[in-house]
Amino acid sequence: MIGLSIRQMAGMLAAKECSIQELCGVYWDRCQAFNETTGALITTLTEFNPKELLQAQALLDQGQQPLAGIPLVHKDLFCTHGIKTTCASNMLADFVPPYDATVVSRLQQAGMVTLGKANMDEFAMGSSNEHSAFGPVANPWDEQRVPGGSSGGSAAAVAARMVPVATGTDTGGSIRQPAALCGITGIKPSYGRVSRHGMIAFASSLDQAGVMAASADDCGLVLSAMSGHDALDSTSAQQPPWQWQKPDSPDMRGLKVGVVRDWIDGLADDGIKQLTWAAIEQCQAQGAELLDVSLPHADLAVSAYYILAPAECSSNLSRFDGVRFGHQTAQASNLQELYCRSRSEGFGEEVQKRIMVGAWALSSGYYDAYYLKAQKVRRLISDDFKAAFEQVDLIAGPVSPEVAFKHGEKSTGVSMYQADQFTIPASLAGLPCLSMPIGHTQGLPVGLQLIGRYFDEQTILAVADQYQQQTNHHQQTPEAFA
Amino acid sequence: MSINRTELEEIAALAQLNIPDQQVGHITESLNQLMAMIEHINDANTEAVAPMAHPNDAWQLVRADEVTDTSHKAALLALAAHADDDHYLVPKVIE
Repeated sequence: MIGLSIRQMAGMLAAKECSIQELCGVYWDRCQAFNETTGALITTLTEFNPKELLQAQALLDQGQQPLAGIPLVHKDLFCTHGIKTTCASNMLADFVPPYDATVVSRLQQAGMVTLGKANMDEFAMGSSNEHSAFGPVANPWDEQRVPGGSSGGSAAAVAARMVPVATGTDTGGSIRQPAALCGITGIKPSYGRVSRHGMIAFASSLDQAGVMAASADDCGLVLSAMSGHDALDSTSAQQPPWQWQKPDSPDMRGLKVGVVRDWIDGLADDGIKQLTWAAIEQCQAQGAELLDVSLPHADLAVSAYYILAPAECSSNLSRFDGVRFGHQTAQASNLQELYCRSRSEGFGEEVQKRIMVGAWALSSGYYDAYYLKAQKVRRLISDDFKAAFEQVDLIAGPVSPEVAFKHGEKSTGVSMYQADQFTIPASLAGLPCLSMPIGHTQGLPVGLQLIGRYFDEQTILAVADQYQQQTNHHQQTPEAFA
Repeated sequence: MSINRTELEEIAALAQLNIPDQQVGHITESLNQLMAMIEHINDANTEAVAPMAHPNDAWQLVRADEVTDTSHKAALLALAAHADDDHYLVPKVIE
């Protein structure tokens, strides 16, 4: 059963070739067997949730439920009723939510079965999954290397085929970059496509839940069940329910693919550059027309993001003070000391650093010069995309300028932040975007990013699916986990 | 823009964080590297550009003024570090 698509597993369940318990049991065994090596999961459930099994079986008995009985793990920032939700932080090490995030409840309603909670960078801040209070995650392709982040546990769990699907979140690239570094497919939908209710906030105008799986088709099936307006999240968009339509053929004729030539030709890694061009040329060979597009302000995106995201983070995380939420220090003699000690004990260094940058950018004297300026740059970047999408249907380019790096290699400096240069622009504009595997260089996977028009997940998923109909990069698994 | 030890302490106070003495140098250097990177936005001409706070033109929804939720008192009290039957208990804060 390992390595099968969701449609294939659903077919086996419908044909009674295996039971839901048997299918989930196979993956549960793999979670137990591989978690010590990968560190992908913070929590592995000791037993299946009987309500989820009942719902899955009821849907299966009714037929036509592609997700009924399909196992998954949730990134450990989605609140799960009765299951610890830590955000990979000592601040929430013992937090057991009394409710489910909307993403969790919608996937339960669709019949999916939860196997555990995935490791991540603390409060989703990081690109290596080294900033977790529960230990780093290993890349299944090379355990000495990082899986990317912040959804590194989700990516590693899917890459090692511990689960066929994982949820993730993406603020500045946290689904796409780990998907690329682990050789899987991951989609960040349009901002507002999926409810953020019950998703612990990092930067509220950027955070978006998405899906990580082997293929675009798997991602599309799960995203369909997750998406849609939610009255519990006023930022979830007033859009009709979205349903993924899998293309019948690999024919891309009539499609206009935008290429930001500077992004690709400027890549220092020749292996990534060649694979990126090869993947784009494969789309051309399938009938797509390639057109050069320009995003003249995109090189400002990293700077703007590292003002805006920390500013929103400093505001969101102010609630964790040891009284209203989170870890409470045992040693405080007055109220201020209680707050400061609780926060300093609970948050890791990277989170503290970003909170301080945000507090600074929002403080008197710097607000206009930095925070407001960054918001204006955000507008310029968003306008660049609007102009580009008047000429093309989607934009293709790199996800990351580098393959997975070794643990500890980027523990100082800003090079890890700068490596987000290709993922952040679409995040600032709120656009749907995905990463799909396009081959290996130096024995490590590389991803191609597809960016779509606002609320046009269909086009980027369809192109990824059509590419995957003609290639098998998405079916590759690391030898140690085959 | 760069910060020194005094400014770091001011920012930490704003953020309600304690920075141990032995980490001050390292954190100051780290923040200064990040701030140097951020400076790049000043290269942009943003004259007459409207700030963009959010990608989505959402508006605040309203609903009928009716009770739609039930009490979760026991579940919420169970999350508190300290509680009695009806209240969160917090450390004494008035000296």
